[in-house]
Amino acid sequence: MKVDWQTFWPRIVEATGQTLTMVIATLIFSTIIGTIIGLTLFATRKGGILENRWVAIILNLGINIIRPIPFVILLVALMPLTRTVVGTTIGTAAAIFPITIAASFVVARVVENNLISIDPGVIEAAEAMGASPLQIIRTVLIPEALGPLVLGLTFVTVSLIDFSAVAGTVGGGGLGHIAMTHGYQRFDTSVIVVTVVILIILVQLAQWLGNTLSSKILRR
Amino acid sequence: MIEFRNVTKTFQTKGQAITAVEKVSLTVEAGDIFGIIGFSGAGKSTLLRLVNLLEKPTEGEVLINDKSLTDYTKKELRQQRRDIGMIFQNFNLFTSRTVAKNIAYPLELAGVAKAEIKHKVEELLRFVGLSDKAKHYPEQLSGGQKQRVGIARALATSPRILICDEATSALDPNTTADILQLIQKVNKELGITVLLITHEMQVIEAICNRVAVMEEGRVIESGTVFDTFTNPQHATTKRFISATEQDLPSAHLLEKWSGSQLYRLIFKGDKASDPLLSQATRKHQVDVNIIYGTVKELQQRFFGNLIVSFEGEEQKIQAVLQELRQAIEVKEVAIA
Repeated sequence: MKVDWQTFWPRIVEATGQTLTMVIATLIFSTIIGTIIGLTLFATRKGGILENRWVAIILNLGINIIRPIPFVILLVALMPLTRTVVGTTIGTAAAIFPITIAASFVVARVVENNLISIDPGVIEAAEAMGASPLQIIRTVLIPEALGPLVLGLTFVTVSLIDFSAVAGTVGGGGLGHIAMTHGYQRFDTSVIVVTVVILIILVQLAQWLGNTLSSKILRR
Repeated sequence: MIEFRNVTKTFQTKGQAITAVEKVSLTVEAGDIFGIIGFSGAGKSTLLRLVNLLEKPTEGEVLINDKSLTDYTKKELRQQRRDIGMIFQNFNLFTSRTVAKNIAYPLELAGVAKAEIKHKVEELLRFVGLSDKAKHYPEQLSGGQKQRVGIARALATSPRILICDEATSALDPNTTADILQLIQKVNKELGITVLLITHEMQVIEAICNRVAVMEEGRVIESGTVFDTFTNPQHATTKRFISATEQDLPSAHLLEKWSGSQLYRLIFKGDKASDPLLSQATRKHQVDVNIIYGTVKELQQRFFGNLIVSFEGEEQKIQAVLQELRQAIEVKEVAIA
């Protein structure tokens, strides 16, 4: 049973809205959580401004355990926790939780990697001027790493679009869900093509936005 | 003002202890431009960082105005650091901030009111001669301009001490001279005590009044720049001096003089301006041939170092030498 495009378009529009909701919400949440983890990771590493061996070891271990788990598996494994936190495991809201968890750890590494590339001399200069560790984080680490950080987050956003599509296949709603139920399962190639094209456009838009923003910050 | 008391700093790396600074005792007086010179790896950078406690001493203590910074709490220490400005070889400016915002940074940390920051930044920009560059970003500046911003930023909190970590090592000779002049201006006009480290002899000669020579974590020689450089005791000190003024002409040129005896005459201070050599040679009717040498200014005093040969009767030459020895230093030069 092929879809009737006359009546199907509103479904596509709705699904695109759900995908955007998932991507934007998870981007916001995972950026906040990931940045905090990444900053902590950087600050507590050897020679860092808040050096703390155990915190660094535990965080690294945590990230290295979560990140290699394929997202589909994580999605299913987190279901009991998702039910506790969100109240349900079906729908867009329920998809946001596991995507945020998975993406936070990716963001944490992206943040840490960008912070490592900051010239340690600049951090030392701030210390010499009497900056506290929290002031260094707020006034040196974040602004100095912001340009490449935006590019890193753009990269994460593209993964989020991918994650949201995967989450869609297991009841998360959005374009992934439509592609799976109306396209793949009912052998309707036109649905798959349309959803994929929309996903590609979203990725292009995200990349363009990220590039523009970061080049504005980096002044080049 | 700054006193190192038997300070040792040891780093632990991979189960191995590396002593960067070993039993250093030094006093920097208020108003000094004190230079620490040493080859790379001598421990001078670590020594400098002990002053504002970017590195903690393993043993001994560093006193600033008779107080050890290790006695303060973390919060008090940050307060104290505002009294010690620091500039760096690679400038370490914030790339995300304009020139004006870089200079404003330590004032923002100190919680100074916005209007006051604006006023102070303008004043500092004038002092370092960069008023027209306030809205530029660091990457739009030359090395010398970057260091000027670094100096302005270090001076923002009106410190009494300025520490300079190889501040001119990344600059070309002309710019180096400009920056050294600026550091001298900071010392003279603002009465700020300067402690600098360098591997360049010219820096010490140009602006320092006192110097310490470091090697393998130890201070091997220290004193006024004039005394240390006109009468170096240690081989390393001699090497630094010969880096700026070649002690002897090359062997190729010296060949010409094989067979004749050469002498080194060292004039210091007023002696350099007296016509001693001319008087003595004329009196004993001996000809003098100046082969090589320099006469230069060091700490507003003359310092001359000449290689000469004499022509005439041996007896008369000895008489000239005897006369000269009473006023200046005379050494026989061995030609290899």
